[in-house]
Amino acid sequence: MTRVSTAPPAQAEGEVPPRRSLLRALEIDLRVFGMVVALVVILVGFGLLTDGRFLRPVNMVNLAVQSVSVAIIATGMTMVIVSRNIDLSVGSIVGVVGMTYAVLMARILPDYLGFDSPFLWLVALAIGIALGALIGAVQGYIIAYIGVPSFVVTLGGLLIFRGATWLVTRGVTISPVDPTFRLFGGGPEGSIGGPASWIVGGLACGAIIALLASGRNQRRKFGFPLRPMWAEALIGTVSCLAVLGLVWLFNSYKWPDTLAQRHAAETGITIPPGGLPAGVPWPVIVLLGVTLVMNFVATRRRFGRYVFAIGGNPEASELAGINTRRTIMKTFILIGVLCAISGAVATARLDGATLDLGEGYELYVIAAAVIGGTSFAGGIGTISGAVLGALVMSSLAYGLSFMGLSSPIQDIFAGIVLIVAVAFDNINRRRKL
Amino acid sequence: MPEGVPLVELRNMNVSFGGVHAVNNVTVDLYPGEILGLVGGNGAGKSTLIKTLSGAQKPDSGEIFIDGEPVTIHSPMDAKHLAVETIYQTLALADNIDAPSNVFLGREILTPVRTLDDSAMEDATRKVMKRLNPRFENFTAPVESLSGGQRQSVAIAKAVQFNARILIMDEPTAALGPAETEVVRGLMRQLKEEGIGIFLISHDIHDVFDLADRISVMLQGKLVGTVNKADVTMDEVLAMIIIGKLPEEITETDLEQLHG
Repeated sequence: MTRVSTAPPAQAEGEVPPRRSLLRALEIDLRVFGMVVALVVILVGFGLLTDGRFLRPVNMVNLAVQSVSVAIIATGMTMVIVSRNIDLSVGSIVGVVGMTYAVLMARILPDYLGFDSPFLWLVALAIGIALGALIGAVQGYIIAYIGVPSFVVTLGGLLIFRGATWLVTRGVTISPVDPTFRLFGGGPEGSIGGPASWIVGGLACGAIIALLASGRNQRRKFGFPLRPMWAEALIGTVSCLAVLGLVWLFNSYKWPDTLAQRHAAETGITIPPGGLPAGVPWPVIVLLGVTLVMNFVATRRRFGRYVFAIGGNPEASELAGINTRRTIMKTFILIGVLCAISGAVATARLDGATLDLGEGYELYVIAAAVIGGTSFAGGIGTISGAVLGALVMSSLAYGLSFMGLSSPIQDIFAGIVLIVAVAFDNINRRRKL
Repeated sequence: MPEGVPLVELRNMNVSFGGVHAVNNVTVDLYPGEILGLVGGNGAGKSTLIKTLSGAQKPDSGEIFIDGEPVTIHSPMDAKHLAVETIYQTLALADNIDAPSNVFLGREILTPVRTLDDSAMEDATRKVMKRLNPRFENFTAPVESLSGGQRQSVAIAKAVQFNARILIMDEPTAALGPAETEVVRGLMRQLKEEGIGIFLISHDIHDVFDLADRISVMLQGKLVGTVNKADVTMDEVLAMIIIGKLPEEITETDLEQLHG
């Protein structure tokens, strides 16, 4: 490990003896740090293999948008796996909810609200999310209160909801969806634009600094050991630079010329020299929101604490007076809602619902969670790890297909990466104990 | 025998598992500031009996009185509301989370906006640890990385943090080395001084003789009897445990058998 000799002497009372390693001083989750490194290595690796073409903004933006659907569900899958369960039905839930959105917007709701009603997409979204929650609640109830293993219940769910999707639509693709709803899918129109992106980036930086400051104040108030000031500054600077770098990346993706001119004519804006920046895509904003909320739920709420406690020791949780059944049921409701949000992004990208919408998601979602450090033994996992895991998976898939490799070869690589990631994690963990 | 109203009385408790009468019409009581040793061989029913008080096991029949008042205990939470705290033999810790989270598991301190107040919980845990085990320092690592004695400290902190009046300790020193055992024993004496009543379940007859004021012996689900420690010898208690006879019923031949 790196030794740092520049650490300033302890200042405040309660400050622990100078910490020895850089990473420990920063108190960074090593696993998450490793994932970021892996992601950068993959991106740079493909960049080198393609003479930099892979790293063009358009590719980075596509890659980000492609990972969103899986990443959203992976945050919920982490909670489910942490509590020692599994959900194999997520892909089918995405399918059935996606089909519901499309049927509602293309066929049913216009009869009541009119085709151009501004509420069309909102009503459809609300119904879809309610459906996701309901499916999650039913499966969760059977798992938690009747005691059927989650593997069995959700395997049944996988078949049931896929079958239901076929039945309802009799095998045809349903489109189009509402134009506002389509924003969930990204693309130049589905992005928030250059100025708004900088505002979002600025707000994010402000939030990072505020969080670091309030955490430090809180610890000082109680006289707990503090992180050295230089470590706080380093974390804050690196995080803010990363955020602003991402905004810059999204803003360097420009509207295609013809589209930009039409858009400018419609909205009356002038195209800046060098092209009209698209900015952060809406699906990425949605993922950002989901990640923040899920991270908050997992680490700051009692529910999250209970999920981890149940995963660590179910009997002890029961003896501590935790309502373990209700907690388990809630994790399935949560993942049902996340499937509905993910389904909205997927349906919007396709501008409609096809029969295979969400097919195979369960495998990618579970792989993302596991690559992100979630342990099947339960009790271990992080939300940010799961999102990074999804990014790693989709970077690989995107990179391989960018290099012209066929989808079977992509699958082979994805499988190898999954096993290697978990093996690596296990070795790492064993060494630590 | 102590006088006054017992802190706890378990009266005519019965628990069956299928055909096995694990606890058969057992009555025990406990007074404030008293340590009652509950001893017996494996499968004697000690742990099952005590689980009816901690809320982990529903009795088939029987009554529980606290301060002379009948109470109903259907869940671990019910017991905790009655200031009954339990330190399980397995410690019942969630190994993947840190000490403060374990101490407050199920009874978290919340901020005004109902988020977890981890700082307040860490602060309270630091305070209680200062009393229990001043050398305890690791408040942020998962408890699986702690030593046996430190884990035991966490389990005890979990019980005493909430002003327990009645403490159930199931084999509290079974997993500990000699030095750590001494710490736990000192702690039990201290809690006893504070007027807390302690049920001490143990295999270790020496432990019980060292700490307990009275000793209740169980054999095959039944209570053999309850004796004052001052009135009996270790041999007599062993005879109660093994052949199920009270000191006054023991014959010479029984004692010879006992010593083989």
